[in-house]
Amino acid sequence: MTEFPAMATGRDGRFLNRTEAMGAVALALLIFVLLPLALDPFRLNLFGKYLTYAFVAVGLVLCWGAGGILSLGQGVFFGLGGYALAMFLKLEASTPEATKIQSTPGIPDFMDWNQITALPGWWQPFHSLSFTIFAVVAVPVIFAFIIGTAMFRRRVGGVYFSIITQAVAAILTILIIGQQGYTGGVNGITDLRTLKGWDIRTDEAKTALYFVNGGLLFACLALAQFVRRSKLGRILIAMRDREDRVRFSGYDVASFKIFVFCLGAGFAAIGGAMFTLQVGFMSPSFVGIVPSIEMVIFCAVGGRNSILGAVWGTLLVNWAKTSFSESFPELWQFGMGALFIAVVLVFPDGLAGVWKQHVEPLFARLKPRPSAPQPAE
Amino acid sequence: MSETKDAFILTVEDLTVSFDGFKAVNGLNFYVEPNECRVIIGPNGAGKTTVLDLICGRTRATGGSVQFKGQELLKMREDQIVHAGVGRKFQNPSVYEDLTVFENLEISYPRGYSVFGALAFRRDQAVRDRIAEIAEIIFLQDHLQEKAAYLSHGQKQWLEIGMLLIQDPELLMLDEPVAGMSVAERVKTAELLNRIIADRSVIVIEHDMKFVEDIATRVTVLHQGKLLAEGSMAHVQADPKVIEVYLGH
Repeated sequence: MTEFPAMATGRDGRFLNRTEAMGAVALALLIFVLLPLALDPFRLNLFGKYLTYAFVAVGLVLCWGAGGILSLGQGVFFGLGGYALAMFLKLEASTPEATKIQSTPGIPDFMDWNQITALPGWWQPFHSLSFTIFAVVAVPVIFAFIIGTAMFRRRVGGVYFSIITQAVAAILTILIIGQQGYTGGVNGITDLRTLKGWDIRTDEAKTALYFVNGGLLFACLALAQFVRRSKLGRILIAMRDREDRVRFSGYDVASFKIFVFCLGAGFAAIGGAMFTLQVGFMSPSFVGIVPSIEMVIFCAVGGRNSILGAVWGTLLVNWAKTSFSESFPELWQFGMGALFIAVVLVFPDGLAGVWKQHVEPLFARLKPRPSAPQPAE
Repeated sequence: MSETKDAFILTVEDLTVSFDGFKAVNGLNFYVEPNECRVIIGPNGAGKTTVLDLICGRTRATGGSVQFKGQELLKMREDQIVHAGVGRKFQNPSVYEDLTVFENLEISYPRGYSVFGALAFRRDQAVRDRIAEIAEIIFLQDHLQEKAAYLSHGQKQWLEIGMLLIQDPELLMLDEPVAGMSVAERVKTAELLNRIIADRSVIVIEHDMKFVEDIATRVTVLHQGKLLAEGSMAHVQADPKVIEVYLGH
């Protein structure tokens, strides 16, 4: 048969092409070497917190960038993952000895304040760490599966889908705030102390958790890259442009959308759990509409078609947010809004697009290597 | 009755669809035999494209029955109809513009239709060989690594035909396959179509009478959602009703 030389270096040839591999190495150097060396434990912990949002942004690259499904409610899954772990940590912190001044010792303090006298049944399984780890991922994914099935099977898509995800985020926030006795209300679940006896509030623990977080992020990036490179990744792109045609290529479009939505929810949930561990609490302010939209902005700034770009975008926007809001707390909100408008109007492919269009050609001109083989793609 | 039905690959009976009271297709009956090339003609708004939409599941029928090899298609989802062996080409070239020609054909390759099947799909030699074979048939062997967006109109039409061919459907439905093509492209397309209709059933919508005469086994004439005439090209052309509503103009 005819040979296709270009195909050997095509998308099925290697796990990463040269640009992607260099980008991954650069990001790994930043996260695992540069930041830990340059920053004090407090600032490093802050970057660890930013990186937990990057999980959400990477999920959004798959859902929104590749699949064209814009979820404005990813905070729901971030929050569910975070709350699941917070429940475990809260139970560990609420030993009868530690809570003996309460009228009912041995239950979380906020329950006692709300005149609840026994631990509710659905809190009981969260005494077990293995159940909790399972629930961190399973609860948000199952929830995403239910929302996804209900909407995509009925062929709800586009703007309608985005609005409904916003509504879900709003509803969950209201539910958490309203059920103060079971959820900690607007304060969330606070005062978390130890994980299986290991104090998570020390500098050493925070630094260790930072590295665990980085490792998990790279695991998610690898999984995302695997999905993007598979035929499923190409079906997502095909679906984004011509959903109707994909059906006539023999694919059940809804099941692909449900899958990628669940995957994005799973990533967000891992980020949420790591947030709880590193920041030491979880509250409804990370579940609602505003944080969900902020996460979309992180992804858009980084570039919604680039999983590495999404991580860079998250780090940059959050670093800017912290720096600016320290000096101009009022102005920052306007800055964020302006940034989003600028991204949409001026550089729709985000930082990754700017890099690809303007920076890569510069490198190519700096290092002319006529004898070297052309990099793939 | 059931014995005579088995002789047909496609049985359309009493097919009706109504859009807000307007009956775009109204009590239509027709039967397609294996290896037949049926051409549907008729004036604009006769419901030709709607009939194809109803058969492939894109539009839901209000009533009637469409049976393909004994399976009722009206109850099935679009992708299930494809798996049953019905392929559809749309009037406007409908390809995946952000993907290469190779990837367009690969997505259409009939394997790995489920989510996990798609994740596990490998681009093995059988896939490459088949894509190479199809690419040659559709004159795109030198364009495999090009993005579909950069193809000409005619090349996109060929690519879409290729995407159907690789599915190897038993019933192929083509909606105006030569519309909007240059003369040279038309000649090549006619040659291409004559090759691919050889061993399968085909339903074609076409306005080009010369082209219809070349390929049609039988012709169905639609008018206002109803069957006006049916038979060989010569028979249909001699029918005064057909001349009145369609050929006369």
